[in-house]
Amino acid sequence: MWKRDESVKPATPPAQTPAATPSAPVAAAPAASEPRTQLGRDNVNIGKSIIIKGELSGSEDLTIEGHVEGRIDLKDNVLTIGPNGKIKAEVFAKAVVVLGEVTGNVTASEKVDIRDNGSVDGDIASPRVAIAEGAHFRGAVDMQRAGAKAQAKPAGPAPGSAAPGPGQPQTQKVGA
Amino acid sequence: MADARSLTDLFGILGPRRVGDSAATVDSSVTPVTEVSYPTQALQKFLRCLQGADNPLILDLGPVVGNNVTFFGEHLGCRIRVEDVAADIDQHVKAGKLEQLPEFLAGRFTQAPGSVDGILCWDILDYLDRPAAQALATALCRLLKPDGCLLGLFSTADTGGQVYTKYVVVDESTLRYRTYPALRQRQRSLLNGDIIKLFKDLRVSDSFLMKSKLREMLFRKPALRA
Repeated sequence: MWKRDESVKPATPPAQTPAATPSAPVAAAPAASEPRTQLGRDNVNIGKSIIIKGELSGSEDLTIEGHVEGRIDLKDNVLTIGPNGKIKAEVFAKAVVVLGEVTGNVTASEKVDIRDNGSVDGDIASPRVAIAEGAHFRGAVDMQRAGAKAQAKPAGPAPGSAAPGPGQPQTQKVGA
Repeated sequence: MADARSLTDLFGILGPRRVGDSAATVDSSVTPVTEVSYPTQALQKFLRCLQGADNPLILDLGPVVGNNVTFFGEHLGCRIRVEDVAADIDQHVKAGKLEQLPEFLAGRFTQAPGSVDGILCWDILDYLDRPAAQALATALCRLLKPDGCLLGLFSTADTGGQVYTKYVVVDESTLRYRTYPALRQRQRSLLNGDIIKLFKDLRVSDSFLMKSKLREMLFRKPALRA
């Protein structure tokens, strides 16, 4: 009868493991144990309590959990705005992942990804944009493709549409 | 075992089993979210209208739907501006200033006249009374470029549900209708003639009566004559 309690017990200890390791040390730990060449790329964290005003540029992937105002320039790297991150800046990066708040225009050469609970107030320019359900976005998205227009079909009315007058239906189909 | 069955029978006597009772953990005060997929005919035509344009500008009057941004961006390489008019309606309802909605909608859009290639109007006009609908339609006509197109959905049956619908593009021929709570219900459904009068500066390019009880209409602004 009491055996059931015992069988439940082993399930609890693994739950403590992630709680005991705050996010910043987790990011630092693998960097210390593995050589950087094996990681292939560096990742730098700006912690929750950090406030930066001005221009932020670099050549490493960056995660921001703090506040940044001004301009962020990481043209060849990935910028992650963490859940606690608050950005009031023009952002330029290779890819931008938003879990926190961004106010300002975001330009990415590869992708912008606004995750659930992420928020962007500003215009986005990137060839790929993903906005998750539950994310907030207010602005315009520019997803212009380079050189893709050459293959585009010519615009114009559908075949057989011999310019009906204003208010005149061209086709009418029922029960589609 | 027999006890369980007899209990079920007992509850059966009390009344028919309601569909969805098993999911009763959801707060019943919240309007249920439904999601159904329907075919679309007008969307393909809308896409075809814009495929020749270079970096076209699309104005989306619905709420932000990530799938749609991705879809239109990948298919058209376009700029998309999302202007959630449903949120504007809700704001006016909350503030008790619905009578100011026509004036608000007339000056709502900051884009230059004749600068927009395509407008996704969805079914927002169904939620507006006549003066507000006319103000919005006039503003949209002004924004549209010559030869630009506007996609509108219009309910053909009066429905009392107080929900808006997010139209999620699944592919060129399928839309997923996802409802969410609204502060205003659909107004009386517009007749075909009423819709044409609203957009009197545009011509109806295509009109499809769908099984989803929606009329899909594609309007085009007449091209300038040289």
